[in-house]
Formats: sequence, C-alpha cells, structure tokens
Amino acid sequence: MTIYNLYVFDRNGTCLYYESWNRRKESNMSKDEEFKLMYGMLYSIKSFVARMSPSESKDGFLNYRTSKYKLHFYETPTGLKFIMNTDLSVGTTRDVLFNIYSKIYVEYVVKNPLCRLDEPIQSELFASKLDTYIRSLNIFN
Amino acid sequence: MSRQSAVRADNRKVSAELFVLTHGALVAQLVKDYESDEEVNKQLDKMGYNIGVRLVEDFLARSNVGRCHDFRETADVIAKLGFKMFLGFSPVITNWSAASDEFSLILDNNPMAEFAELPEGHEGLLFSNILCGVLRGALEMVQMEVDVWFVQDALRGDETTEIRLKFIRKLEDALPAGED
Repeated sequence: MTIYNLYVFDRNGTCLYYESWNRRKESNMSKDEEFKLMYGMLYSIKSFVARMSPSESKDGFLNYRTSKYKLHFYETPTGLKFIMNTDLSVGTTRDVLFNIYSKIYVEYVVKNPLCRLDEPIQSELFASKLDTYIRSLNIFN
Repeated sequence: MSRQSAVRADNRKVSAELFVLTHGALVAQLVKDYESDEEVNKQLDKMGYNIGVRLVEDFLARSNVGRCHDFRETADVIAKLGFKMFLGFSPVITNWSAASDEFSLILDNNPMAEFAELPEGHEGLLFSNILCGVLRGALEMVQMEVDVWFVQDALRGDETTEIRLKFIRKLEDALPAGED
C-alpha cells in the first residue's frame, strides 16, 4: 500500500497545499494548470454525482478508482477539499482525511493567525506535521 | 518544534474568568479609542467576524457535525453545540418567524457580561456585540448569509439579552475559474 500525493483546496478553488510522496509520473503540465484541472474535475464530479444519485445522499462523492490508482475525496462543510491519491489496495480513508483536517490543518493553519486562509500554506510547521503524519500511517508503506 | 511536543489534549479548558475579563478589557479599550458607541459596536462586530471565520473550523473539527439542511437545525447546532463548546452554556431558542427564517437566542446567563456594568453615557454600547460578528462569520463559511443583531440587552436595562438571527440567502459554491 502506498500514498502518492495530496491536494488541499479551499472553497474558491485555490490550491492551498500540494505534496507528493511516491508519484513516479508527472502530469507534464505546470502545477498551476494541474491544480485547475483537478479542481475543475472535482467540481464536475461533485455536481454529476449529486444529480445522478437516485436518492438523497448525505456524503456525495467519496472516491473513484482507475486500473492504477484510487482518488479519495473529503469535503468539510466549509468547503475545504482534501484529495489523496493512493494505490488500489487502500480502503476507506475518511478518518485519515478528517484527521488531516482536524488535527493538522485546524491546529497549525487556522489557529495560526499569521497564516492567511485564502492563500497557499507557507507554514513549515504544517508541512512537517503533515509529512510526519502521512509517513506514520500504515497505508503509507 | 519542542514547544509542540507537550501533547495538547482536546477540549482544553481555560478559566472562563480569564476570557471574560480579557473581553472586558478589550471593550474598555475600544470605548477609550473611539468617539461613539456606534463605532465601538461596529469594531466589536468586525473582530467577531474575523474570529468566527476561523472558529467555525475548530468547531467542525471537534464536533464532526455535517451540513445542516434547514435553519432550524442550524439554530439547534448553534445553541446546543456551539455555545456549549465555547462559552459553556446553551441559550434558549425562541420566537421563530412564520417562515422559519428568523429566530432569537435568549442569553439569560451570558457569561461575557458577568462582571460588566455600562458606564454613564454609554447607553448605546452593545457589550457583547462581538458575538454577532462571530455568528455571522461562522455561518458565512458554511454558505449561509445571515443578519445578526441584539434586540435586547440586559446590561442596557432590558428584561433579558436577546440576539436575533435572520437568514438572508444561501451562498453558492464558487465555480472553478474558466481558462478557455
């Protein structure tokens, strides 16, 4: 099992944070372009899933998988979006993404008054806490 | 990074008095700095707003509540979870409008005003106006535009302390920026 990369988007589509661990192939476009493409796709999938659902669903879009990887999605009620790509053997990661939000983002970004909430995260403390957390997960190896 | 290493337990509590007195000192300073009570009220609301947009993340992270489906549910969450978590008491929800888009919170034992007394000549001061800003900011982050204001304030000689919330509209998700 392994984790490839992680994106954090705010409610306006700004990519607040990106980090990759075991990504072997780059998308051969600029990071900015890639973030826009990713956000646009998520936006469309969300609306697609909501419209196509045959009944009211509480959670909406959770993940998708291809033959090579699985994309996990978690959105907070405030519109923050956490996206993690892993290999196919990883099960649900809702707890993991929620922990990244509640234990790392809220603690080291929201509670740091010097971190603006609508700009990419510069905090090194956040980056190192996140890295430590991701590496400690048993789905990382 | 050692300052972080002491494990910070969840639900850390500080003495309510420390908070209440700090808030009192803040209001006192604002009264000194500004000419009119109106302006002080406005500043308190603005500060509250800035607190609210951050506080809501802490609230969601700790309570793990999902999205509310109507304004009545929102009222419940605010009074029973939000106020409880941050101020340690639950205001009473009352005076629903017929359309369910307005309600009041009755703060009978508002801890923020525990040691306060309005000085002479400041009858227009809304001592706890910061709360209005907090509520407005927090709800805006969950896509709800609301108006929040004090209807009554026990400090000003009213019978009770009443905050009114009015739902204005739901804010829509931002579309991704088009490139083409």
